[in-house]
Amino acid sequence: MSGTDQQAAHVVLRGVTRVYDGDGGTQRVHALGPIDLDLLRGQLFSVIGPSGCGKSTLLDLIAGLSRATAGEITFEGRPIRGQVPDGIGLVFQEDASLPWLTVWDNVAFGLRRRGAAPGEIRRRVDDALKLMGLTDFGRAYPAQLSGGMRQRVCIARTLVLEPRLILLDEPFGALDQQTRLLMGDEVLRLWRETGATIFLITHAIDEATVLSDRVGVMSARPGRFLEIVETGWPRERDSRIAEHADFGRITGHIWSLLRDESLKAMGHGPAVQ
Amino acid sequence: MKPAVALRTAVLAGAVLLLEVLCRAGVISRFTMVPPSAMLVGLVALLRSGSLNGDLLATFTAVAIAVVSAVLVGVLAGAVVHTVPRVRRILDPLFGTYYAIPIWAFYPLFIVLFGLNEIPKVVIAFLYSVVAVVVNTLLGLDRVPRVLLKMARSYRMGPFETGVRVVLPSAAPFIITGVKLAIAYSLIGVISTEFILSSRGVGYRLSFAYLGFDNTTLYALIVLLLICVTTINQIVYAWEQVLLQRWGRR
Repeated sequence: MSGTDQQAAHVVLRGVTRVYDGDGGTQRVHALGPIDLDLLRGQLFSVIGPSGCGKSTLLDLIAGLSRATAGEITFEGRPIRGQVPDGIGLVFQEDASLPWLTVWDNVAFGLRRRGAAPGEIRRRVDDALKLMGLTDFGRAYPAQLSGGMRQRVCIARTLVLEPRLILLDEPFGALDQQTRLLMGDEVLRLWRETGATIFLITHAIDEATVLSDRVGVMSARPGRFLEIVETGWPRERDSRIAEHADFGRITGHIWSLLRDESLKAMGHGPAVQ
Repeated sequence: MKPAVALRTAVLAGAVLLLEVLCRAGVISRFTMVPPSAMLVGLVALLRSGSLNGDLLATFTAVAIAVVSAVLVGVLAGAVVHTVPRVRRILDPLFGTYYAIPIWAFYPLFIVLFGLNEIPKVVIAFLYSVVAVVVNTLLGLDRVPRVLLKMARSYRMGPFETGVRVVLPSAAPFIITGVKLAIAYSLIGVISTEFILSSRGVGYRLSFAYLGFDNTTLYALIVLLLICVTTINQIVYAWEQVLLQRWGRR
């Protein structure tokens, strides 16, 4: 690795492995790794892989929500050891909005916990709502919103804390295809405006291709990176990049890497060419 | 007015009117029941006389103490049982059969233990309601979405903060159902106990009127209880519905 790369690496994983101990007669499960990866500062990195390959386990490890069995992860040069470091924001696949709070209060949740001044909370929450197109829905409760809008609330709640690394765990998995594409555009816009590093877990090849600077393609369990595909897209992009000639080539390449792994994950052997 | 509400009001008004006619026509004897209008007149007179004030205070104070303690103990016990699965496995069958126990059978024991005062009726009302709160708290805690717990960890919340800021609010609609049942069961517990053996309270006054063939007072008190119970229950029900709607569980 060159000195420049080392400087630009925001998150570094070295030999990261996760093994789940069998309890109550169940077998030990080697879920992940060993994994070596550098997440470069300000890049949008996606992970794609067959079901059960350990994508979410990897995200949990980077977030500090669980500990690696072996290996080390550092965020901004400091090791992550079982606690979410300051500067990391998470968005989950499931709706994690708090139904008893209005949209405004949901977004203000983290700032209030930190004891921020009321004026600062007001300014930052209003800015985050504006950024996510939720200004008119501040007084609404999450149950009054669509699934896509609730996910925007969760993203706004994460953004308001100005994270330097945003981890997105299949955030659009529960949404329909059109909404997903539009939400992807929102993520690209936010990524450019905030300058944050984004680590995205997805199961959609097209989504990974459109959104990412690099796509990490994972094997079936135990999950390892088969290849890290560089897309070479310009920073200014949106879902219309799917019209680009390279889009088909990249998605085709990712699928060719994934197909046998997906069959393995389904319990089949490698496919006949 | 919604059609269902209109129909419900019409059915109730019709039943009251029918009762009035039957009582006035002598089909139902005055020794059995007084006409609804006489019940209301009797109730107004009773309330105006002020003779019921002490009993109302005694009954509703006992109910309030029983409900508050059942909710506090029930939510806390539910939270503790929920965090220790082994205790849960032991207690679950007991919770399931708890309401088969005739708690009133223990009344003599409570008198021996606490004396002939307000405490035994509060204890009975508490015992009658606390398990409903425990069971509903457990149901609520079981249904806290795992993603919210993960979110709490992502904010580096400790167990106490997670409980207060995330888990309890998330379980609130179920806890409110427990509160609603606690109010109903406490009222039943207090009034029934007063009816059996007490020297004051609305239940005692009911028993006194019944034994003295004072039908006007008896029915006035029944109407009063119906109004109180229905009003309290409707308020808690409305609150429960608002929460269920907001939590997206309706």
